[in-house]
Amino acid sequence: MKKLLFLMLAGLLLVTATACGEKQVVLNVYNWGDYIDETILTDFEEEYNIKVNYEMFASNEDMYVKMKQGGTKYDVAFPSDYMIEKMVREDMLVEFDATALDNFKNIGEKFTGLSYDPDNKYSVPYLWGTVGLVYNKELVDEEDVMSWDVLFDEKYNGQILMYDSQRDSLAVAFKKLGYSLNSTDPQELEEAKQLLIDQKKLVLAYVTDNIKTMMLSDEAAIGVDYSGDAFQILLEGGIDKYGYSVPAEGSNMWFDAMVIPKGSEHVEEAKLFIDYMSRPEVALKNVEYVQYSTPNTAIMGDLSDELKSIPYAYPSDEELDHCEVFVDPGAFVEEYNKAWVEIKAN
Amino acid sequence: MVNSFRSILGSVFKNIYTVLIFTFLYLPIVVLIVYSFNASKYAVGWDGFTLEWYVKLFQDRAIMKAFYYTISVAVLSTLIATVVGTFAAIGIHNMKPLRKQLILNINNLPLLNPDIVTGVSMMVLFVFFKAQLGFITMLIAHVTFNIPYVILSVLPKLRQMPKDILEAAMDLGATPWYAFRKVIIPEISPGIVTGALIAFTMSIDDFVISFFTTGNGVSNLSIYVYSMARRGINPKINALSTLMFVSVLILLLVVNKRQGKESKKIL
Repeated sequence: MKKLLFLMLAGLLLVTATACGEKQVVLNVYNWGDYIDETILTDFEEEYNIKVNYEMFASNEDMYVKMKQGGTKYDVAFPSDYMIEKMVREDMLVEFDATALDNFKNIGEKFTGLSYDPDNKYSVPYLWGTVGLVYNKELVDEEDVMSWDVLFDEKYNGQILMYDSQRDSLAVAFKKLGYSLNSTDPQELEEAKQLLIDQKKLVLAYVTDNIKTMMLSDEAAIGVDYSGDAFQILLEGGIDKYGYSVPAEGSNMWFDAMVIPKGSEHVEEAKLFIDYMSRPEVALKNVEYVQYSTPNTAIMGDLSDELKSIPYAYPSDEELDHCEVFVDPGAFVEEYNKAWVEIKAN
Repeated sequence: MVNSFRSILGSVFKNIYTVLIFTFLYLPIVVLIVYSFNASKYAVGWDGFTLEWYVKLFQDRAIMKAFYYTISVAVLSTLIATVVGTFAAIGIHNMKPLRKQLILNINNLPLLNPDIVTGVSMMVLFVFFKAQLGFITMLIAHVTFNIPYVILSVLPKLRQMPKDILEAAMDLGATPWYAFRKVIIPEISPGIVTGALIAFTMSIDDFVISFFTTGNGVSNLSIYVYSMARRGINPKINALSTLMFVSVLILLLVVNKRQGKESKKIL
């Protein structure tokens, strides 16, 4: 018994002792899962002698809860557009004038001054994309994919996949009905909700990342997906067999960006990290791994042929014409929640 | 004739049923292991045999770190919870009925509470005490939800124990400590072992409570796997799961063999 107690005490002491005595600067970075080429972190550590503690989250909301409560001083985080807007409003971010960073010039003009951070005082874009239709060219007529109507077409009964995300699914319904996907009109929400409930008999399943497996194994013919995720399907299955499109009614355009949360004790080092991620060589290495669309226009010419061949990876302004960025709905999110519960329950 | 036909049919049916149950339990694990050797990143079709995911697994510092924390928190929290839980169970066993019932009800709270309630409330508690979230806070949280399992495993064994055994031992000249060590512990040891195993499993498996009570770069495998939700599960996880499964399998075979040898010795 005594030996056991002693061992345990020793174990605990060891653990606490190792926690202190760090003279090296440590950056706490909080990012999405599998969303960076991790050798980049090692390269950064070697170049600047700054240790990187890398943590991952699965959704903006999880990240928000962890950051709001405190308990960990995150130095760099990678939230999405609407979450940045929310965090700015709640004074959770450090203002650091991103335009002054050396490598900010590599970010394309149309990706600066976005609605959630008009003066780029809080964020630098990291990766971006759209929400659209990923389809199997052998099972779906190509004329159909330019409209959201295809998801409500009897022709594809039992072969349709919807994305299990409240805002993305409601966005599809809103856009089909011709409304803004940031609508806070109860009548429009009711119509969107009813549309999705009626659609359910045609839908094979509401899925998340397993959409890739289902599309690649021909279980489904068409689905709603994030552009980057859909690109994985195109790259794996070949662009002869699979396609991605952004319907003409418009869709969602999303951005993940780097921010510095308030409470960070290493703001200068955090800026260094953000600047590092925007370097052309580093951004290129990252994009080749993650395979999502980059806002770093300086590397456009250097992208591999594989990435360049993907449709809608770098859409033109006309193709993005009716696309909107999500805006935080504020208190109206309660109505969204209620509608979503009803849609899922039916 | 009819009887033996019935018994043959019965045993055939029993065998088929057993096979089905085991298939249902183990087929997903077999598929997981098979796909850890699949050259394709997505579990679609067989693309060729490869060990690349195993190689990539050991190169991935984040997974290795998460694995280290998972195991160390599991082992430490099991040890602490088992010790605390065993003593608690002995104390509870000897309480008067009213107090006993009250303590048992409190004991059930971590079990009945949804994980998210436990997780968020512990996080709020830690932040209130201005503690930095990390290894220690995660460990404390794991110990907290493990102790009830140990108590509930040890108590039945204590009830089964003859009431006067402790007195009998001391009558024969044993000191209370000696009696505790040599008489009580062996009697309840199956309960302690069961409690420890359950605690270990619950700790390795836990996601929600760990997510909310950790920070500063400390992560565990469940958090790591869950965070891949948006991008899809990388086969490196398949490789790690295969290795863990094989380790546990070997461990169990070794333990069983030793127990078999011991019982043969007794005979």
